[in-house]
Amino acid sequence: MATGVAGGLTRSRRRFPRGAAVTLVLLLLAVVLVPLFARLDQQLVDLHAASLPPSLRHPFGTDEVGRDVLLRAVYGLRVSVLVGLAAAVVSVTIGTLAGLAAGAAGGTLDRLIMRIVDGFNSVPHLLFGIFIVALFTPSTTAVVVSVALTHWMTAARIVRSEVLTLRARPFVDAAISGGSRRLRIVRRHFLPHLIPHIMLAAVLMIPHAIWHETALSFLGLGLPAHLASLGNMINDGARSLLAGNWWASLFPGLFIFLPTLAISALAQYWRDRSNPRWRSELQL
Amino acid sequence: MTRALGRMAAWRLAFTAPLLLVVTLGMFVLAKASPFDPVRQYLGDRALTTSPEIARQIRANWGLDRPLAEQYLTWLGNLLRGDLGESRSMHRPVAEVIGERLGWTLLAAGCAMVVMLAASLVLGSLAAWRRDSWADRLISGTAYANEAAPVFWTALIVIWIFAVRLRWLPPGGLTDAASGTVEPADVLRHMILPVAVLAFSQSSWLVLFVRESLITTLREDFVIGARARGLRERTVVVRHALRSALLPFITLLGARVPELVTGAILVETVFSWPGVASASVQAALAADFPLLAALTLLATLAVVAGNLLADTAYVIADPRVRVLGVS
Repeated sequence: MATGVAGGLTRSRRRFPRGAAVTLVLLLLAVVLVPLFARLDQQLVDLHAASLPPSLRHPFGTDEVGRDVLLRAVYGLRVSVLVGLAAAVVSVTIGTLAGLAAGAAGGTLDRLIMRIVDGFNSVPHLLFGIFIVALFTPSTTAVVVSVALTHWMTAARIVRSEVLTLRARPFVDAAISGGSRRLRIVRRHFLPHLIPHIMLAAVLMIPHAIWHETALSFLGLGLPAHLASLGNMINDGARSLLAGNWWASLFPGLFIFLPTLAISALAQYWRDRSNPRWRSELQL
Repeated sequence: MTRALGRMAAWRLAFTAPLLLVVTLGMFVLAKASPFDPVRQYLGDRALTTSPEIARQIRANWGLDRPLAEQYLTWLGNLLRGDLGESRSMHRPVAEVIGERLGWTLLAAGCAMVVMLAASLVLGSLAAWRRDSWADRLISGTAYANEAAPVFWTALIVIWIFAVRLRWLPPGGLTDAASGTVEPADVLRHMILPVAVLAFSQSSWLVLFVRESLITTLREDFVIGARARGLRERTVVVRHALRSALLPFITLLGARVPELVTGAILVETVFSWPGVASASVQAALAADFPLLAALTLLATLAVVAGNLLADTAYVIADPRVRVLGVS
């Protein structure tokens, strides 16, 4: 609970962001249910219905080859969420292992790992991602690898700092006096305490990962062009933007914008009721 | 103070050399693991008609038949001597490509920084000063929304409004396609949209930072004291509160270089601005390793320079760091 002067002053402004939660739930439902019940084929090309403006039949309009933008955007969100989820899981796993190793081993290994973290942070993420994707054939794996390799550092920092505080706790001393080895302490005492932090880091990583995937796809370096990902759709739509066909690129962007906004509203609400020490680490 | 600064700079530089070494090694390893054959890439369509003998000679010319360690050391030596290699997609020396484009990027990014700073300071102060008013809601709301909107999407919306619907400004490029020369007035007209979008996309954190920071400061005793002495409201906010609220802000600015590079890559690409950032995308699309590697190194240097700037500002601004040294 928020206490103290600052908490008291801001509490009135921090009601539970109901709109954000509803938006997220609706989008998730759409992503899960629409492919099950859709009567239209998202890849269906219909040149007679090319570049139609938004109407009742096509609420988001149709693209250059007559595909329904709304339907494709739902599929695109589905691809982006899956890629974002995979990238978040991989990057948080790498970060957890690195942070655990650094925090539990200490000494030279700790310093070495933290220098590596600094090194990775010195290369702008998107450029590094571009570098990785450019040198390998465009594929989902390349995108996931590129996002994971540029985003594991946050989780590593969180886990390391958590492990460093855990090390000083009495139950760890007790475990050591009881004869526990380092690996056992890591498994039985550190990991269970770290799980909530890791989960939170993973959830907050998802919008970052989606953003990254979308940016790469938008530049033509991400997912293969035939996949309906949000970035690919915005990239496709941008070509006909100058002809006045705005719906094909601007509506898919809404599907990145809204969930990101919703997640950040929820994260902010959560931040105000949580441990202030995590805030800077999570870059909320 | 100069001693503290010198020590800090030396410490940073000592960290920079191994960092750059590791970055070059990382890039080299990735390039070697890549399934693309640079010779094939270089030849393009001609690869089908070129005899294997000639392909072998190109390979030998580039030293690709040498052991990997030797290739890496040769490349590193060339980099150190200032020879950045030949761009395989643009068929020109990398140094020439960068030299031609760097100025445009610095121009656009520099203008964007100035616009961003000025606008954020004014808007952030306004929001803090009139806290909870409709102006504050509008400003902070826009800033939060802007954080969530991908910059290339914002750029497309801006293009649609100002270039397609209103036809006020050109949608991209450096000059009009028809003109053969680079006229300052023409460039200025083409620069407005990309600079505005880059500035806008980078501004949200600063607006929110100035707002939060100023709100906290406006509650401090010395501000209440200044008000009690009957100073004008403007003097209290600008001369007393804002000054003290901005202390940590140069530090943050230096640390934002990676975000600036990311923004520049996307904005330059959307607006076809002929800078180094959009060149990195072109190099990536063509798997042009020498150009991409040089640009990545350049960006890394920019980040390191930004950190150095941040630390320097910190040393100058905070007497505690000056006396006790950088921890």
